[in-house]
Amino acid sequence: MDTGKQRAPSGTDRSEKRFSVCLAGSGLIIVLLLLAIFATLLVTALPAIKEFGIFFFIGRVWDATTETFGALPFLVGTLLTSFLALVISIPFSIAISIFLGEYFKTGAISTFLRSAVEVLAGIPSVIYGLWGLFFLMPAVRFIEMKLGVAPHGVGILTSSLILAIMIIPFSASIGREVITLVPGDLKEAAYSLGATRFEVIRNIVIPYARSGIIAGILLALGRAIGETMAVTMLIGNSNFLPTSIFSPANTMASVIANEFAEATGVTAASLIYVALVLFLVTMVVNIIGTYVIQRISIEASREVS
Amino acid sequence: MSGIFPRAVSLMVAFFALVCFATHAPALDMELLGAGATFPQPLYSKMFDAYNQQYKVKINYQGIGSGGGINQLIKKTVDFGGTDAFMTAKELQSAGAPVLHIPTCLGAVVVTYNLPGNSKLNFTPDAVAEIFLGKITKWNDPKIASANPGVKLPDLPVSAVHRADGSGTTYIFSEYLTKVNKEWKEKVGTGKSLKWPAGQIGQKGNPGVAGYVKQTPGAVGYVELLYATQNKMPYGNIKNRAGKFIEPTLKSVSAAANVKIPDDTNVSLTDTEAAAGYPISGFTWLIFYKEQNYGGKAKDRAEALAKLLLWMVGDGQKYVEPLQYAPLSKEAAAKANKLVRSMTYNGAPLVK
Repeated sequence: MDTGKQRAPSGTDRSEKRFSVCLAGSGLIIVLLLLAIFATLLVTALPAIKEFGIFFFIGRVWDATTETFGALPFLVGTLLTSFLALVISIPFSIAISIFLGEYFKTGAISTFLRSAVEVLAGIPSVIYGLWGLFFLMPAVRFIEMKLGVAPHGVGILTSSLILAIMIIPFSASIGREVITLVPGDLKEAAYSLGATRFEVIRNIVIPYARSGIIAGILLALGRAIGETMAVTMLIGNSNFLPTSIFSPANTMASVIANEFAEATGVTAASLIYVALVLFLVTMVVNIIGTYVIQRISIEASREVS
Repeated sequence: MSGIFPRAVSLMVAFFALVCFATHAPALDMELLGAGATFPQPLYSKMFDAYNQQYKVKINYQGIGSGGGINQLIKKTVDFGGTDAFMTAKELQSAGAPVLHIPTCLGAVVVTYNLPGNSKLNFTPDAVAEIFLGKITKWNDPKIASANPGVKLPDLPVSAVHRADGSGTTYIFSEYLTKVNKEWKEKVGTGKSLKWPAGQIGQKGNPGVAGYVKQTPGAVGYVELLYATQNKMPYGNIKNRAGKFIEPTLKSVSAAANVKIPDDTNVSLTDTEAAAGYPISGFTWLIFYKEQNYGGKAKDRAEALAKLLLWMVGDGQKYVEPLQYAPLSKEAAAKANKLVRSMTYNGAPLVK
């Protein structure tokens, strides 16, 4: 206060303070937004919550004419398509991450492949849906005819396939990032002990990068759960529990997108209730994901040290 | 560093100011707002454009679906709504004050299919119902074949596809089937979205249904007549109540309205008694409050609305047919005209 010297740090202090207020403010806005979304969903879904309560989760009938609503078919449809998509996508996304993160880190091939994967992530989902309708649907239909099941062409399998393609870029690009971050001296140490490239990847690279790879996969799962347009076009929109992976079904996001525009009264409230369930499912998946990542990174750090 | 953050802050302030300004921007005078059914939207766009050029009144109509149109009208955020189904008693009650319906044109739903050769097929009402109930599973089923002598029907499985999104098209289609088929009435009923038989495919919108039918040999679905003709899709003739197989055309759809129309125009034209009428037809309506002085609405705005509505059921009808919609019959137009003239502002008639 008494010398000019002190004024300079106090000026910095002020901008520091402003900065932290700015950050805290933005952070708070996001949290408030989340709460506001939750509150809006809860309030607008209230008529349906009162009417169906917890039985909404196990109700199998969705009938707007008699105003009977249960979300089980959609819950099952969403989880089934998402996890199936995840299972289909994992081998590909891990292979791409290793290929781009370990074998071809630089060079023309790498740049080309990397941007190809990134372009895949940027394609709007309606285009995936259209491609699925014109290519995937006849292909699945052909398989179904060979297998002798009802040749719908659309259903759980078709939408899982399209979802798998849509989520590969997410898990692959995160996987590639973490694999390139594996310290060179760890790998060199292994090579110097006579390990082959495969052994280095299996015993050094993958364990080290595991938490990152899994984080990418969970991020991809989040995307698969919420995907709407492409799934609507390929799932067959049948509001019943699926009986096989070939049967048409429906997902939470898809039923909301389909029916909300024309819904009134309890039907609209029930659709918002479905949205609330979707919100909760996404949250649970994220919490489980964070927990898994924490557990694995602790284990990994123990293993490596 | 200290230079950046004030800038960021001022940017944020500017952003919030923009948001606030955008929501509080004064509404333009004399821009009438409407929202609702998507089916007549192309016609309304054309009509409103022509009206704007002639009378300098702007009309903004958003195709958000019939249910949305009813909601927006009840919330009083629009001057008029559009709907493909007459408001239910419950909806009318929640409106709080009397709501009037005027028909603007007619629409029809056709049964479209994908078969080798795609020859014109005849369908009996029961055949249509049983196809969509999942009871007719092969195309050479006697119930289809008996109505189509001379047509060689293939031994293909029937893949029925319905609209997955709630829609007025589904409403008209299911209303028709509820009238003509007992089992349909008991198991499925009438509505904008229905409990379809298990395992039946649903697709979003007319394009979704049409796309699936085109892609799948043996598929059968239902779409709006307008959509089917624009996309050159094959569609069947339906046997009407008079026992004749009627081809859906603008003429046969308009003819469906040759029945006695009640004063509030609340009439269902499906399974029409008119001998030359196509049986899966229906009006599409505009809805608005009878008493226009609500929510601080100015009188000249209410007058502009009344004039527009009069024009739509009068002179504006000349735009209906060129756009492949079926125009109102003289009787229906007269009833609509009378309804518009019954609009009031503070209890006094708006137009003489």
